[in-house]
Formats: sequence, C-alpha cells, structure tokens
Amino acid sequence: MASLELKNIVKRYKSHTVLDNLSLTVADGETLVLFGPSGAGKTVLLRLVAGVIDPDEGKILIGGDDMTDVDAEFRGVGMAFQNFALFPHMSAFDNIATPLEAKRSSQGAIKAGVDSVAKLLKIAHVLSHKPRALSNGQKQRTALARALVGSPPLLLLDDPLRNVDAKLRFEMRLELPRLLADRGATVVYVTQDYKEAMALGDRIAVMSQGVIRQLGTPEQIYREPANIEIARPFGDPTINLLDVKPARDARGIYVGLSNVQVHLAEAPETAIGRDCVIGLRPESLHFVADNQPGAIPVTVEAETPLNEKIVTLVRTVRGREILVSRPAGTPGRNEGRAHIAVDGKSALLFDHASGERIGAKTVVKLRNGEAA
Amino acid sequence: MEHTSLIERILRGIALTLVVIFFMFPILWIFMMSFQTNETILRIPPQLIFEPTLANYTALITGKLMTAAGTLDIAFMRNLWNSVFLSVTSVAVSLLLGVPAAYAFARHKFRGSEDIAFTLLSFKFAPALLVLLPLTLYFQKLGLANTYFGLIWVYQLICLPLILWIVRGYFEDIPADIEYAYRIGGHSWFATFRKIALPLAGPGIAAAGLLAFIFAWNNFVFALVLASADKQPVTVGALAFITSSGIQYGQISAAIVLSITPTLALALYAQRYLVEGLSLGAVKG
Repeated sequence: MASLELKNIVKRYKSHTVLDNLSLTVADGETLVLFGPSGAGKTVLLRLVAGVIDPDEGKILIGGDDMTDVDAEFRGVGMAFQNFALFPHMSAFDNIATPLEAKRSSQGAIKAGVDSVAKLLKIAHVLSHKPRALSNGQKQRTALARALVGSPPLLLLDDPLRNVDAKLRFEMRLELPRLLADRGATVVYVTQDYKEAMALGDRIAVMSQGVIRQLGTPEQIYREPANIEIARPFGDPTINLLDVKPARDARGIYVGLSNVQVHLAEAPETAIGRDCVIGLRPESLHFVADNQPGAIPVTVEAETPLNEKIVTLVRTVRGREILVSRPAGTPGRNEGRAHIAVDGKSALLFDHASGERIGAKTVVKLRNGEAA
Repeated sequence: MEHTSLIERILRGIALTLVVIFFMFPILWIFMMSFQTNETILRIPPQLIFEPTLANYTALITGKLMTAAGTLDIAFMRNLWNSVFLSVTSVAVSLLLGVPAAYAFARHKFRGSEDIAFTLLSFKFAPALLVLLPLTLYFQKLGLANTYFGLIWVYQLICLPLILWIVRGYFEDIPADIEYAYRIGGHSWFATFRKIALPLAGPGIAAAGLLAFIFAWNNFVFALVLASADKQPVTVGALAFITSSGIQYGQISAAIVLSITPTLALALYAQRYLVEGLSLGAVKG
C-alpha cells in the first residue's frame, strides 16, 4: 500500500505552464478524484506520477520514497488510459498478462492472475480475442484488468469511462467503488463527469489551469464550492445563479428575489451592498401554496420528466429563469402560475466580479416577504 | 455498377485489357526473347511463333557466351551473386542502423534531432554523379575502392535515409500511450521497443526494406565506378552483352528475367505483410 505525495510540481511545455506549483497528498488507501475541464492538467499530472513524463520542478513521493527520477517501470503503479491503449497485436489475455510477465511470474501464476481479474471484470469469455474484436466496453474492462492485475499499491485511472456508452458508464460507476475498495489500493481517478467524481471519490480535487482550486470531500465540494466555476459543473440540473445585491434591514441581511425579501441568516457582513451572485440548487427549491410566507411567484414555462426526478423551468416576474427539481412522484405544478420557496441551508453567495464564494456557508431563513 | 449496360461493360473490359497489354507487353516480349536466338529476335517482321531455346540461359549459367566471333567468358552468375549479396547486406545494415535511429527520432526530441534527421535525408539530394568523383578519390586513398565493404558503405547513402524516414513515420503513428502502458506495466524501454514498437511498425519496416532493396538492386553508377568486374552487380554486368560482334539480345533478355526474379519474388512475398499492415493501422487506438 502506498500514499502519494506531490510537492511543488511545475510542468511547462515551451512557455505554457501546465502545472503551476502544485502540491497534493493522497493518503494510503484513499480514492482521490481529479476533476476539471479539458486542459486543466489532470492527465499531465497522472503521467507525471506514472513516470512517463518528468516534472520541471518538484518532487513525487510514492509510499514515502522519492520517485521523481525513477523510471516508470520501477514505480510499481497501475494505470488505465482514457483511450484504453491496448496492444493491438496481442490477445486480451496477453494484454492483461504484460505486468505479470514483467515481474517474471511463472506461467501458472500468470494464468491464475489473469483469470481471476478477468472473472472479476466479466471478460473471461473474450480473453482469446484481439482488441479489434472487442466491444468498447470489453476494451475498457481489458484495460482496467491490465491496470489491476499486478495488484499495484497505487492505481492511476485516466477517465477510463470516457469512451464507453452511457449504460456501461452507469454500471461501472456502481461497480468501480466496490472493486477499488476491495483492492485496498490508493487511487487517483481523473474524470470530467461530476457524478463519477461524487460516486467514486473519498476526496475530490477540482483543477483548472494547472492549479487545484478546491480540495475536499464530495459533500464539501457540493455544499461549499469555493467559487462559481466549481459550483456550476457539480449538480444536474445546474445550479441557479441570480444577480443580487444583499442589503440589511432590522431583521438582518436579505436579498431581493422577485420583490420578495429573502433573509440570509449568517450571511457575512462583507456581502452587504456588493454585487453578488446567489447560487440556488434546483433541488433546494420547492413548489408551495400561494399563501405560504416568503413564496416567490413564478410562471411555469416547461417541465421535463427525467426518470428519477422532474425538472421544471419557471420564470420569475422579473423575467429570470430558474430550474426547480423535485423527485418523481411528488406533487408540483406543470403549468400556469405557481409559487416556489427556497429551502434553507444551501443558498450560496458569490462575489459577482471574482466569482469567489463570500464567507462561510450561508444559512437561508425565509422571513415573511414584504412587497418592495 | 448494376446500371451499366452490356456495351459499357464490354468497352470497359477492352480498355482495361489495352492498359494491361500496354504496360505488360515489354516484360512479356523480354520473356519471349529470352527463349530465342539472336537471329529469330532480329527477324523482320517479328514473329510470335518460334522454336524456344534454352541456349541463352545455358550461356548465362555456364558463363560461356557463343558469338559469331568466338566464345566469350561472361561473369553473369557472379554478377547476380554480387547483386544479391550487396543488396541484402546493405539493406540489413541499413535496417540495423536505421530502425533504432528512426525510433529515436520519432520518440525522443533531443537537441538537434531534427537537424540530424534532415542531414541524413539530404544525402539523397545531391546527384550521385556529383558525389562520385570525390568519393572515388577518397576510396582509393582509404583502400576501400573495389571492396564489398566500401560498396555496402556507399549503398547506405541509398538505403539508410529511405528506411529512416519511412520507418520514423510509422513509429510516430503508434500512439505513445500504448508504449507508456507497457512501460508502466514494468518493462524497460528496450523491451517496449522490441515487443511493442517493432511489431506495430513491422509492416512499415517491411515496406521500407523492400523499397530500399529495390533501389539498391537497381543501382548502377556507384557500382560502375567503384567496383571492378568481380565485385560488379548485374546492372553493370549487363554491359558485357554489348560485344564486338553485336548486341546479344537473347542473353540480355534472359539476364533481365533472371535479375528481376528476386525483386519480384520479394515484392510478392512482402505484399502480404504490407496489406496486413494497412488493416492493422485502421483499428489503431
């Protein structure tokens, strides 16, 4: 088993800095998800750890040992690539067997090792096939099997579900956490899919432009995103972002939403009078009866039933569009005029100019709205 | 295609036949001439019906050329052997040097790598005749003139740049991730080169080798100037058929047939791998 420690890693290509003084520690047995848009430097980071490219500055420690100048074959990591990177001239069996061959295992041990991991990943029946005869899902499983077979203490998975269809991705999202937990390995998992990140990560590191913007548990990333750029990709449907200017009255700090004053308890003083953006998760909004205090009048524009939830697009009297999400089978409005209320606890305030979240978590308390 | 009329198909067939005849006729005619005597060849008008004779082949193989002026010794079989030896060895040396070099140029961008690769390619820019004079003088000084070693060395000018640049392209087409995956699996760079890069670039190496072999085989000027009779390949040896008593068309034809056979055989054999290489490339990644 092995922890992973990156210290002040810098990687440049020509004048472009891909990783900018990045430090990161992954505990032994932990699954860390690297999340971020294309070009954020996630894949480069993974390759640095694997040892196929070298950092310009900084240190890489695996299991406490300095591996910065150690060649890839001696680092003892397992890696699965986004494009599978199977050896096209070898059968699936030989593909999976390559890490064991490198260890000079006996033929019997190789066969036993490959068979067991193939059974685990349900590809035992296609082991004799060449990669070109495999479906995308089977290729992906073969690539995963090759990464797992040597029981490496550190596993690097570079968006392994990127190139498989939605159904398989869903299956694997359920299957992978158990698989990885059983192995007990330390895992660094790269993805651009927030659901994958939430499902697999013990912690998530959100990257952009070569820098880790936020590092925390999936819960923290979702509930307390450091800025708008992080709040936006986490959540489906996406978070509602509305321009507001918090003000103070006798009862505390409030924001005006469609002529209704929504009071924010524990909102930071610094937000008062500033141009802000309030972030409201669609599932924290609810349809309520007209006469409920603090209810915001809206018009229902469209309703999209998804399998497990219903997403409704509503428009406020000021013309702003808001998405409301509710579990399927719960009552709501699908046309005409309605009222929505904001559920407490999850409203987020961001600075309009910088996009950074202001202060600690803001707890929303609804007060009786007064027409302004 | 289903909508083409009968006439169209007939015309198409005729056109194709004409093209094939046009291109294949010289070879067919040479093949036929190789079984005729000089007299039947030079008959006017030429005739398709003749009494075949193996005399030309016998003359070449025994090395005794019967002409009107008497018997002449020719070293055709020796020349043929020289051609085989020079071409095979040159290509082998080129592959041995060029393939690892091509891999280095494809995978490792080191200081000046592009310049070195380009310099190697530039060997092919200068016309051979321009290089020949200084080369001959150097070779005489070094004692390399009229040696197999010297000839094979000069043949590297023909083979090495060709192999280097073709094979480099094939190596570059292999996704780097495939090689990374093998190395991360615990294999050395050399094992990766041998087990992954070489097999995947195999068809390219075969194609480059075949092409280099053909160029080496057909080379004329280098061998003409740098080698004397006992080291000369068939291309130069064929000059012996222009004798004082006339041109020996029959023997020349037989010599051509014998000398294109190895290249033809090699091309037909390698074709299998070339086609396989194309289909392997289609599913890459």
